[in-house]
Amino acid sequence: MLLFLFRVFLVSAFCVQAVYAELRIEITKGSDDAVPIAVVPFTNRTNLALPADIARIIDANLLRSGDFVTLPTNKMLSLPDKSGDVYFRDWKMLGQSFVLVGQVSSDAAGRRFHVQYELMDVYNQKRVVGELISSSTTGMRQLAHRISDKIYEAITGVRGAFSTKIAYVTLDLKGDDAEYRLQLADADGQRSKTLFKSAKPVLSPSWSNDATRIAYVSFESGRPAIYIQNIKTGKRKQITNFRGLNSSPMWSPDDKKLLMTLSKDGNAEIYSYHIASASLDRLTNHYGIDTEGSWSRDGRRIVFTSDRSGTPQIYEMDLVERRPERLTFKGRYNARPRFSYDGEKVYFVHKSTRDYHIASMNADGTDQYILTDTPLDESPSVSPNGRMIIYATKRNGKGVLGVVSVDGDSKYFLPSSHGEVREPSWSPFLN
Amino acid sequence: MKLEAFKHGLALVLATTVLVGCETTSTSDQESAEPTAEQGAQTSGAAGDEQLTEQQLAEQKAQAQAEKEQSAMREVRTFYFDLDQSSVKAEFRAPLAAHASYLVQNPSAKIVLEGHCDERGTKEYNIALGERRANSVAQFLKVNGVSASQIEVVSYGEESPAVAGSNETAWSKNRRVVLQY
Repeated sequence: MLLFLFRVFLVSAFCVQAVYAELRIEITKGSDDAVPIAVVPFTNRTNLALPADIARIIDANLLRSGDFVTLPTNKMLSLPDKSGDVYFRDWKMLGQSFVLVGQVSSDAAGRRFHVQYELMDVYNQKRVVGELISSSTTGMRQLAHRISDKIYEAITGVRGAFSTKIAYVTLDLKGDDAEYRLQLADADGQRSKTLFKSAKPVLSPSWSNDATRIAYVSFESGRPAIYIQNIKTGKRKQITNFRGLNSSPMWSPDDKKLLMTLSKDGNAEIYSYHIASASLDRLTNHYGIDTEGSWSRDGRRIVFTSDRSGTPQIYEMDLVERRPERLTFKGRYNARPRFSYDGEKVYFVHKSTRDYHIASMNADGTDQYILTDTPLDESPSVSPNGRMIIYATKRNGKGVLGVVSVDGDSKYFLPSSHGEVREPSWSPFLN
Repeated sequence: MKLEAFKHGLALVLATTVLVGCETTSTSDQESAEPTAEQGAQTSGAAGDEQLTEQQLAEQKAQAQAEKEQSAMREVRTFYFDLDQSSVKAEFRAPLAAHASYLVQNPSAKIVLEGHCDERGTKEYNIALGERRANSVAQFLKVNGVSASQIEVVSYGEESPAVAGSNETAWSKNRRVVLQY
């Protein structure tokens, strides 16, 4: 009995620690034409233990993107930390296209770290990019993400999105009690913190384009209502509390309006809500369900889900003409569309014979294809560099987040050690 | 919400209390409670009064029987739906009619209709679908004479499943409208 109690104590003590442990990364599939890169461990020239292993974070970031395949340290023939020490022939033999080297030093007081990194092109035998940057002891992870962004852009020509954030909702069930949390974390799932906690459902987080606020739906009053929360101050404001549905908020590109679904006039319709004047502009008018509206980046069009045809399908509408045009005809269920950043693609949820997947199509509805292969995928949200889509899925009966590249070539999961994770929303660029 | 349900349950038979108390939490209890309620209706009216005429007796019996049946019908408070559907199934018309006649006779009584969906599909579409399910129940009640002011609709979409699990058994129990007095 005593032993049992002790074990219970141990288990619960562990749980308390693990409750909001970070999301872990699990890569399931990488791209076939990934660029080989060796991220050599950075030399620690300080006499302190470093708060974060910069090279390891960069290595993980690049590998996760699916655009790179990294070389394990134990396969490296040498561990250079500056460009002059890089023997290109060795790296060429190892099949590497690029080598990243670097070192960390600190000021006398050990309060600031200086990181010198250099990216070398093996075939052209030259330095591609290099920098000396500094950070406080707490900023080391951020600094590693910033270097990852630089490397990613130098090689692919596309801005890196490793320094961005994700918002998501976790659900923890303890007997009859539910605890919903609106969480904010780095794009790799680390450094998570709670923005809002409630015993009632929280859903549909949407980032403002200036990345200062998040709009979401909370049932805290017993009814759904839309709230806006300032990320820095934590201050919340209830925006709508109409009779019936208050759902699906999404910021306009200029952050002045929110697209939202309300049923105050009878059934689910899409409205544009002007935040400063608290005025509503009704955009749809049909007895079918109209919801899940998403702005194009130029703010001129929306895509949305409507079951006016009998099944949920995706429609596009010009905001001047206001004549909805149906985009999807394949399958009985196509919903929750999101424009790509360049407005050329739409990502959405498609039901194949029985499973729900994330799919992609051109903005005119052509060229539809399925990106994911798990059965209950939903809530796609695109990374600000347009390369990846984060979405919610289920694995082993538990809600987890998945990430897939927009071409479907690479995939990874961000499983949480505790609770259900859902409703991801990728932030815009933060700087 | 639970407290109100509990208060109301006190006025009814024990089986009802179990049914109502569990409605928002567990369905396994609900399953066992439903047959009990039906049995209660079948065995009712068995006791008679020999001093009354046979006709009076029969009338009283019939009345008591009808009341019991109505009350038993009203114990059905969860109405299930087919996948992606929001029309009221035939089997729930009689119980809903019983609720309607109670609400017509008791105009001060108010109800909340909670619309729910299974986990499949998108959350926001499901919130709208849950509302449409609750609205179709509301419409049935209104057609049967219930005043709109007695009805409130709230949709939880897929956020509040009655049964956990990713299989048809769980899903069929989660596509529902729950009527709360």
